[in-house]
Amino acid sequence: MRIEPGVEPVSIDVGLVLRRSVESLYSHLVTRPTGRAVRLAIEEQVAGSAQTALSLIDLSDVTVMDFSCADEIVAKLLMRFLDEDRPVDALFVFRGVCQSLQEPIQTVLERQELLAVAQDSDGFCELMGTRTEEEEYVWTVLEGRGRILAAEVSEVFPGSHHRDALETLVLRRVAFVPRGDRIYHALSVLVDGA
Amino acid sequence: MRVIDLPASLDFQTVDALFSEVVEAGGAKVLFDARHLRWVGPNGMVGLLSAGSVARDRSGEAPILELGAADNVKGYLGRMGFFQAAKGIFLAGTSFPRQPSGPSEVLLEITPITQNSDVHDVVERIQGAAGAILSNTLGYPQTSVVQFSVILSEVCQNVLEHAGAPGWVAAQSYNWSKRLGRHVVIISVADLGRGFRGSLSDEHSSRFADRWGDVTALEAAFIHGLTRFPDSGRGQGIQQIRKQVRRWDGLISVRSGTARIADVPEWFDAPPLEEGLSDFPGTQINILLPERVDHAD
Repeated sequence: MRIEPGVEPVSIDVGLVLRRSVESLYSHLVTRPTGRAVRLAIEEQVAGSAQTALSLIDLSDVTVMDFSCADEIVAKLLMRFLDEDRPVDALFVFRGVCQSLQEPIQTVLERQELLAVAQDSDGFCELMGTRTEEEEYVWTVLEGRGRILAAEVSEVFPGSHHRDALETLVLRRVAFVPRGDRIYHALSVLVDGA
Repeated sequence: MRVIDLPASLDFQTVDALFSEVVEAGGAKVLFDARHLRWVGPNGMVGLLSAGSVARDRSGEAPILELGAADNVKGYLGRMGFFQAAKGIFLAGTSFPRQPSGPSEVLLEITPITQNSDVHDVVERIQGAAGAILSNTLGYPQTSVVQFSVILSEVCQNVLEHAGAPGWVAAQSYNWSKRLGRHVVIISVADLGRGFRGSLSDEHSSRFADRWGDVTALEAAFIHGLTRFPDSGRGQGIQQIRKQVRRWDGLISVRSGTARIADVPEWFDAPPLEEGLSDFPGTQINILLPERVDHAD
């Protein structure tokens, strides 16, 4: 499997982080203090990357997550690494997002007008959060193709509104363009290479 | 000594009379006469614990709780963990059970909420029991135990995050064949904290000027999701609880200070807003979840 240059995979098992962070046998992601503790542990792990961190946040072991925890572990985590003073550049894919986690994740993303890529247990990726129709369309096309060369963008997206949406997806960290490279990557392709 | 008669049925509405009498009692020592008590729901139990705590704190002496001879009421209180929770609050009258009741099929015994781990414990404990009751008794989907757990977590967290004082939570299922013609699950949470007005005053009272009070504070939080925290990610708990309770055609009411606000389904008779209630400390949240009407036994 090919790992994209400049990207460092960081796999994080949230269930394991939960048990280590709060030193207990908790198995459900509930309460804001617990969410905060898990988020800080994730941030520390991600911040240790030497390159752009492709953070694979594994929620497979999580069946119950309340809105307070979702706000900490999803929304605040994303916001930390969108911030100008972020410790490292980071991309996030939330893996193992079962049906019961969809609503809290979608709710907290919409609250903060954030976007995130979620992967279910079958490996199927979807976009969650607040997005325009153009962003949804462009992301879906990019997801289907895996990669789009810069030279192909005008052909793939004849309309300027779609080309603008592609750049927005990069800014919102749900599509990736390596520095010095003009290839647009779907995060699912990066995940497959990790 | 002030004698306060408990009604025959103690639920989230009839508990108002109890609160009113406790407030009127002031600093007098209190005897709670429960000899005519025939039914008490989770809200009645946590309300009674609240009433006893306030009477104790205001008089400086533990109030007496006199139960009747009805073994079914005492047995039920025992199975719900009432007597354990009542330690340090009430002096037993002549009729507290000598032995604790054995294990029972209670959805969630009265549980103190004083720290973060209590919320985790509650969520862990209800997984098995809640799943069976929600699907077999109420006819909800198998996955509803997750949403139920989230409701419990969020409603308990309100005690820790906003009340500034400990509280209690309890839940149980009932067959309301006469009252409603179907089963219900009742979740009740009570605390003796600062209430919604106290929690929101510093941040929000100025925008309401003279209109600030218990009603505006409840409306601000319950309807508009306002919170004392500047963090824009906060204030979602009550909103999400309301949303899920509405999906299940349930009722949620929040009593704080002198007012109660509620989302009331068609099958229940209660006003959406009550004010002018006795100014009782803390907050009481009550959730009723009904059996699905198209659920086949």
